[in-house]
Amino acid sequence: MKRPDAHDTEVAIRRRSSLDVNLGDRTFRLVTAAFAAGAVVILASIVVQLFQGAWPSIARFGAGFLTSSDWDPVHDKYGAVPFLYGTVMSSLVALMITVPIAFGVAIFLSELAPPWIRGPLGFMVELLAAIPSVVYGLWGIFVLAPFMRSDVDPILRTLFGWTGFFSGPTNGHDMLTGAVILSIMILPTIASISRDVLRAAPPTLREGALALGATRWEAVRTAVLPYVRSGLVGAVLLGLGRALGETMAITMVIGNSDRAHQSLFQGAQTMASKIANEYAEASNDLHLAALTEIGLLLLAVTLLFNLAARILVWKMRGPVGQRPV
Amino acid sequence: MSIALAKQATSIEPRRRITDVVMRGLCVAATVIALIPLVAVLYYVASKGVGAISWEFFTHDSSTPPSEPGGGMSNAIVGSLMVVGLACAMGIPVGVLTGVYLSELGRDSMFARTVRFTADAMSGIPSIVIGVFTYTLIVLHQRHFSALAGGVALAIIMLPTVTRTTEEMLKLVPDSLREAALALGVPRWKAIVTIVLRTAAPGIATGVMLAIARVAGETAPLIFTAFGNPHVSTSLNQPVGTMPVLIFEDAKSPYDELNRQAAAGALVLVAFILLLNITARLVVRRKK
Repeated sequence: MKRPDAHDTEVAIRRRSSLDVNLGDRTFRLVTAAFAAGAVVILASIVVQLFQGAWPSIARFGAGFLTSSDWDPVHDKYGAVPFLYGTVMSSLVALMITVPIAFGVAIFLSELAPPWIRGPLGFMVELLAAIPSVVYGLWGIFVLAPFMRSDVDPILRTLFGWTGFFSGPTNGHDMLTGAVILSIMILPTIASISRDVLRAAPPTLREGALALGATRWEAVRTAVLPYVRSGLVGAVLLGLGRALGETMAITMVIGNSDRAHQSLFQGAQTMASKIANEYAEASNDLHLAALTEIGLLLLAVTLLFNLAARILVWKMRGPVGQRPV
Repeated sequence: MSIALAKQATSIEPRRRITDVVMRGLCVAATVIALIPLVAVLYYVASKGVGAISWEFFTHDSSTPPSEPGGGMSNAIVGSLMVVGLACAMGIPVGVLTGVYLSELGRDSMFARTVRFTADAMSGIPSIVIGVFTYTLIVLHQRHFSALAGGVALAIIMLPTVTRTTEEMLKLVPDSLREAALALGVPRWKAIVTIVLRTAAPGIATGVMLAIARVAGETAPLIFTAFGNPHVSTSLNQPVGTMPVLIFEDAKSPYDELNRQAAAGALVLVAFILLLNITARLVVRRKK
């Protein structure tokens, strides 16, 4: 028999290893791609499942679901207006409270604070996001709501009672307390993304402004802020997306009233809190379908806001992921 | 440097300087205001919780009548461990493998971009909607609440976080490592598993810890999936009590004793979550 020469050996090695490599690699690619496809399948099935679950209600009420304020499981009448209103109103009030503060935090952390304090402070702001919603709710029931009732609400009533938004008696479990607790919970989202957006602005912008004799604040206002405006809008939209879907804390302090009131001192109900309160005890199939339809609406709205926000923030600092600390 | 120069070169009008000082002061004030709730919540949970915590809290279940002292949360502690454990068992492997696909194999392909977009979209879905989905998917078909359903809900919530962190962490691994492995004749999958994943492991662990910290406190998706159970149950097919849901119920209760239990539960939960967050932080710092 002929001794195998170098060529034969090389061919043999290449054949064997290429087979191994290809088999192993192909399997690996297939397996990981299958799991990756899983994510798409899950999102698609969330949409399909909710749509199917909500179908009896959609078929029965059609657009009336979005225009009626009747929520009456006993007579099988369902309209979502008070909850749509509760969600929109509480989120807007929360934004009005939190946006100026969050921007202040972001500007401080990215532009003004001495470097040694930025890390720890940023971490503390992120801890605000780490505290579970139900713990905020607990604190809301026993600390925030009594505080609002005895200290904040009387002042607002005296000053702004004439507007109609701050009138009437309250026990502290009302729209306003719900909005305040929401504003606390969405602050870290808005603040940390705004900070990242500000940091992504080229340093030459502020150096140029400072070199022209601008003060620190003028540099921020005239050079940095205009450059990052759309990113900041994106940060606010992401915060809004979170506010719309936030459930536990607001369920615990908003007073759970099925009517829409003008006064923020009245109890209210959001889409999320309505689901949290009634889903486990839905009295019949149509009731369940109506609650599922609220879930479907919530899904549609939050997906829309997140999409818009991500496009805006992407432009500034690259894709938004759940970045590590 | 530039600031010092600017200060020297121009004498700033008083009005501009006052605006500057005021606005900078407002930014500092905003930061202080933002951190007040953090301090207030932690203080409340610590001060109320420490007094309410006892040995019985860990050894007794919540079936004790609310009028009597001595109840505990053992059922909820076991239930939470089960549900979060289930979520990890499902969410971590799927998330890590998806992340590997995105960073190492799919890269900029159309499919990879779709998956990346999906993961981002999923991270914005309110957790209560995930709960509704899991209910219609599992509970409605099984006709009863179960630990399994709770685990599935939490796994879906974990998935995008784990996926995106894995991808980001793998991208930080220098290409020279991959090339070196491939040059030695190591097949690609082996290079990814033994070299790339290994290098990125601390970062991925950080992401996983943060994901666990997040789902450990999730309440909304568990109310109508894991539901609740006043007794310790270790069956996947039975409803189980969980810490967040029990805290929710005890907090709403008119009984002082249950309110105290809620505070104790919140203390344990917050301590666990803070510990995970701080550990994650330390892992990142050590790597730097």
